[in-house]
Amino acid sequence: MSAAFDIIASAGLWAAVLRIATPLILGTLGALLCERAGVLNLGIEGIMTFGAMIGWLSVYNGADLWTGFLVAALAGGLFGLLHSLLTVTLGLSQHVSGLGVTLFASSFSYYVFRLAVPVAGTPPTITPFQPIAIPRLSDLPFVGPAFFAQTPPTYLAIALALVLAYVIFRTPLGLAIRMTGENPHAAEAQGINPMVVRYGAVIVGSALMGMAGAFLTLSAFNSFFPTMVQGRGWICIALVVFASWRPLRALLGGLLFAFFDGFQLRLQTVLGGAVPYQLFLMIPYILSIVALALMARRARVPQALMQPYRRGER
Amino acid sequence: MRFERREHRPIALVIATPLIAIAAALVLAGILIAIVGAPVLEAYWLILKSAFGSRLSATETLTRATPLILTGLAAAVAFRARLWNIGAEGQLYLGAITVAWASSQLLGDLPGIVQIPLLLFLGALAGMILLLVPLWMRLRFTVDEVVTTLLLNFVAVLFVSMLIDTVLKDPMAFGWPQSQPVADAAMLPKLLARSRLHLGLGIAVALAFVLAFVQSRTVFGMQSRAAGLNPEGAVFAGVPLGRTLVIVACISGGLAGLAGAVEVMGVQGYVTTELSPGFGYSGIVVAMLANLNPLGVVLAALFTATMFVGADGMSRSLGIPSYIADVIVALSLLTMLVAVFFTQYRIRR
Repeated sequence: MSAAFDIIASAGLWAAVLRIATPLILGTLGALLCERAGVLNLGIEGIMTFGAMIGWLSVYNGADLWTGFLVAALAGGLFGLLHSLLTVTLGLSQHVSGLGVTLFASSFSYYVFRLAVPVAGTPPTITPFQPIAIPRLSDLPFVGPAFFAQTPPTYLAIALALVLAYVIFRTPLGLAIRMTGENPHAAEAQGINPMVVRYGAVIVGSALMGMAGAFLTLSAFNSFFPTMVQGRGWICIALVVFASWRPLRALLGGLLFAFFDGFQLRLQTVLGGAVPYQLFLMIPYILSIVALALMARRARVPQALMQPYRRGER
Repeated sequence: MRFERREHRPIALVIATPLIAIAAALVLAGILIAIVGAPVLEAYWLILKSAFGSRLSATETLTRATPLILTGLAAAVAFRARLWNIGAEGQLYLGAITVAWASSQLLGDLPGIVQIPLLLFLGALAGMILLLVPLWMRLRFTVDEVVTTLLLNFVAVLFVSMLIDTVLKDPMAFGWPQSQPVADAAMLPKLLARSRLHLGLGIAVALAFVLAFVQSRTVFGMQSRAAGLNPEGAVFAGVPLGRTLVIVACISGGLAGLAGAVEVMGVQGYVTTELSPGFGYSGIVVAMLANLNPLGVVLAALFTATMFVGADGMSRSLGIPSYIADVIVALSLLTMLVAVFFTQYRIRR
């Protein structure tokens, strides 16, 4: 018990929480935006993998970190375009298309990575984003290192959650997105083109997923290796439900989740040996499943989620 | 431009669809090969040659196709009833470790004729149980099973990793995390001497025929299709939706668990976390390429296995990363989706 308390009282945990949370926040926001417009995007796992790879590769080849981040976002957007073509224009099953995008994006990432970087004993590294301490605030105990001594993409992720919350609930554009996700026929009657809204939401959402992946290789770690996304994309999909499709709750959910994950990682070092480490590694996935079970009934799903829209067809 | 539903689907078109899809995927992947500066046609020729050029390679391709047939059937059965089982990978691992555990700890002394069927059943049972959890969550809490089955894949692999690191660890494996081997009597008989080809292929193909019959000729087959096409309508027509889905889940999870059992008992004899190079996920592609038809699954699994086995050989001679096989397989899923769409709709200006 006291071990658990020591962990919670350590500044290291709190600094780690936001670092672990950042890709989850970005990915969840991306998935949330797609779903608000009525499109489930299971491409997320693959798009994150591709973002991680292409962001890293750009920087490895001499681009600066922000360019790498942008390239990852653009690549994510392109996969979003592909997903939109399949699910919005053709109206194909969003489940299967999304899985197809994930399988394609991840295998394509490995292919490109293997072409660009020959097999080596230790994977090559880059210099990642460095933490920027915000003057004064970062000196506060606990809160300081946790929230005010992070790398720039983390601040960006938090800002994006606020922006997205504002856009979705306080602007005409947000209303159009929500209407498209609830009832595209009604949206169309209001002069909104549901196709355009869905394309836009899926492309921008997928760009966010690309950024989530890039954070892994440009900030959290400094190299790329296959399977590094480790189901984070699927966890994001679960977090969208946990957040009831609200950006601020997605921010909160990401932090809560990262807290458990960071706690679990430190508990591993304390109890290492006595308990198999795999049990700790299962915790994030099991937590996601539990969160789904708790929230699925209460959450209000966008009513037109996963329903293709065809003009004049019901 | 808009799409108009076709009144009739020409049967020739339906049959040609997978071939068109595969051709399109090969053209697209060819661009990726050409960009590297490698000869595209030679690369494909080498893939074919490495997969079927010799007795050894041909049996190796068939051996690789075996678990793919089973995971492909697992996906096809489930998808037909709109049960989105994406958890075949985890179910496969759970089936595999169950077999390793049962044979090394419990049943090892039994003669093969008793032990093998018992182990196959236990492997399938393990896969079933792992899929019944997400199905229960769907029926009880309305949780989408796609995410839960995906997440359970990670839990299952970690569970296996834990067991082969602790209680089931093979002390003779020089410290490598691998499970204790199954008893010799538990190994499936070989179909051909001097090859790795085992009885599992026969089991998989036989099950494909059984499923083809069940789906087209039995009440349950019709009910499961109805549950997928129109759940409300099915309930209205008296289909017991919950019970149908439970049976579908038992078949689907069972097939995936069986894939793991067969792979352990046919090929390696023990379990590692590298047992499956994504057989569960490739099974989804196999099922879609087969248009969810059980007999088509056998052919689609053969195509997928050809790509994986062939790309390894091709990669060694041309230096193109063997990941190209994964790219081709993933692309063929996407092209198949589009191709199927155009058998149902036509473009109108």
